[in-house]
Amino acid sequence: MTRRVLRRLLPVAVLVVLAILPKLGFGLGALLPGTLSSPGTLQLLAVCLIFAGVALSYDLLFGFTGLLSFGHALYFAAGVYVSDVAITKWQWSFWQACLVTAAVGIVLPLVVGFISLRTSGIAFAMVTLAFAQAGAILVQKNPHSWTGGDEGLGYDYQQVPAAFVGVFNTRNLYWLALGYAVAVVLVVAWAVRSSPGHVWQAIRENERRVEVLGLPTRRYKLLAFVLASLLATAGGVVYMLTVNGADPSLTTPDFTLMLLVMVVLGGSGTLAGPVLGGALYWYADQRLIAVGGSHTIQSLPGVLRTPLSQPLFILGTLFVLAVFFLPRGLAGIGAGERPGLGGLRRLEASLRGARQGA
Amino acid sequence: MSTFVLLTITGLGLGAMYFLVASGLSLIYGLMGVLNFAHGAFLTVGAYAAWFAESKLTGISSVGLRFVVAALVGLAAGGVFAGLVELVLVRPLYLRHIEQVLVTVGLSLATVALVQGIWGSDSRTFATPGWFAGTTDLAGTHIPNDRWLDIGAALLVLGGMKAFLRYTRYGLVIRAGVENRAMVTALGIDVRRAFTLVFVIGGVAAALAGVLSGVYFTSITPGRGTSLLIFAFIVVVIGGLGSITGSAVASAVVGLSQQYVNYYSSGLGDLSVVLLLALVLLARPATLAGRTA
Repeated sequence: MTRRVLRRLLPVAVLVVLAILPKLGFGLGALLPGTLSSPGTLQLLAVCLIFAGVALSYDLLFGFTGLLSFGHALYFAAGVYVSDVAITKWQWSFWQACLVTAAVGIVLPLVVGFISLRTSGIAFAMVTLAFAQAGAILVQKNPHSWTGGDEGLGYDYQQVPAAFVGVFNTRNLYWLALGYAVAVVLVVAWAVRSSPGHVWQAIRENERRVEVLGLPTRRYKLLAFVLASLLATAGGVVYMLTVNGADPSLTTPDFTLMLLVMVVLGGSGTLAGPVLGGALYWYADQRLIAVGGSHTIQSLPGVLRTPLSQPLFILGTLFVLAVFFLPRGLAGIGAGERPGLGGLRRLEASLRGARQGA
Repeated sequence: MSTFVLLTITGLGLGAMYFLVASGLSLIYGLMGVLNFAHGAFLTVGAYAAWFAESKLTGISSVGLRFVVAALVGLAAGGVFAGLVELVLVRPLYLRHIEQVLVTVGLSLATVALVQGIWGSDSRTFATPGWFAGTTDLAGTHIPNDRWLDIGAALLVLGGMKAFLRYTRYGLVIRAGVENRAMVTALGIDVRRAFTLVFVIGGVAAALAGVLSGVYFTSITPGRGTSLLIFAFIVVVIGGLGSITGSAVASAVVGLSQQYVNYYSSGLGDLSVVLLLALVLLARPATLAGRTA
């Protein structure tokens, strides 16, 4: 009984702590770039929160519906670039930009999902990857000099609400990011408990069976695809505000792979796992860059220094180890042994079903 | 006309490289159901091993011989690396396809980061024999010689793979395994040895693509493997998963359309390939069911 009350209260307590964080004046030593209320720390934490939300939106596809997409970066990047281009290049007001971004966030996954969901399993992964690559190429090509190509595109601060501009207002951006993460958690929690949510999880377990029951599985999968993409697009807008613009590295396949790593490290098919994984991954990535450049690492012999100064090497290796030894992710550590299949093992069934259907 | 010929040969040269990557991918997928994301890492490892060998082999004075020896070192490195990946990382996760994909994803991230850490993210160049840089006259145009090398290598690999699958015992096991793995195992044949073998073959072909890409693009970079891998995925999907001949035809189509569209539309070639993929999927989703080697 007390355990259940604690489980209920824990998220609320975490939320309260996160919400009052910008008001706290102390630091945590080398763990953070400055005191908790400093703009550097708040920006780092804000991006952690955004990625927590985006990772959870990806888990809606991967963990809850069993769709292995390699193109989720496209929708996040669409949020970043469409909103940025609209306010900076077209000089639209911020709210108009949000509207057009939302429209793109619905229409784009609808079209891409309609085509790529003609395949399933591994082929679906490859096809979504190809579409995401088309987005990356488009940004590189820099049509009408809208996207800025390799340079990225800084936003026009005059078009953005004043509360989100300037170093002093980093705390507002932090709260915005916190709001986004909370909203994604609430939407996903509601969606997976809704009636389509049950169908998604049934599709993950055994798609054939759902088909035999007479349910249009493709339509349900498309719904999950569009919802997850729209949530990622919204995250893109918040990200654009937080880092003051757009950056082409967000469009690359590596970005989707990063989301995948976040979800699996945290624990796929859960709410807490991807949130934890997303925030911790980004934090680790950023702090490892700082640590990699530090004196301690630089004074090591070359054999150790070279790998340790590459965050992606460390995270990639950790990821491989996690797949082997921690298939249920961080969220699975405290959960204890539950009957039935957990995490990744559970996803296998759906993929095997898809292969037999091919 | 002469431009058209040049575009055709260049497109086929590019397609040849896609084929070298895609054939291994397709074979691995067909037999084992593994989407091998680390295939790009095999390419990178092969290319850097060849480059490293060439920079150390200063004892050989003939540039041509040195290039050939370095290329062989690169191929061997790609094959050994791929074999080790199969034995150490993929095999323990037998039949757990998503985990296998995830492991290869992690491996490709770590390998590219490591190569970048050791040799930096700047591009590196090979010293290549003079003949590569020259041109051949055909139909009134000058064709860079290395295009013939790419096409020749791809044809050789295509013929070799076909003959291997058709006429050898291991080829028979692989073809049967692609068709029905459970049945082959039930007949008492150890399919797992064939798994390692297809990884090694795929790794050597990818390493060859890596060395040739160093000639085609005149340099190698740590990220080259990943960018070629994406087009190889497109080729594999268009050509039919598990089909070598399908991969060959699809790589030629993809390489050619990329070149033609690039020339006639000022750089929309890469996008046209994705459009092509979308059209193929809309018109013929059944391509994806093809599972014969």
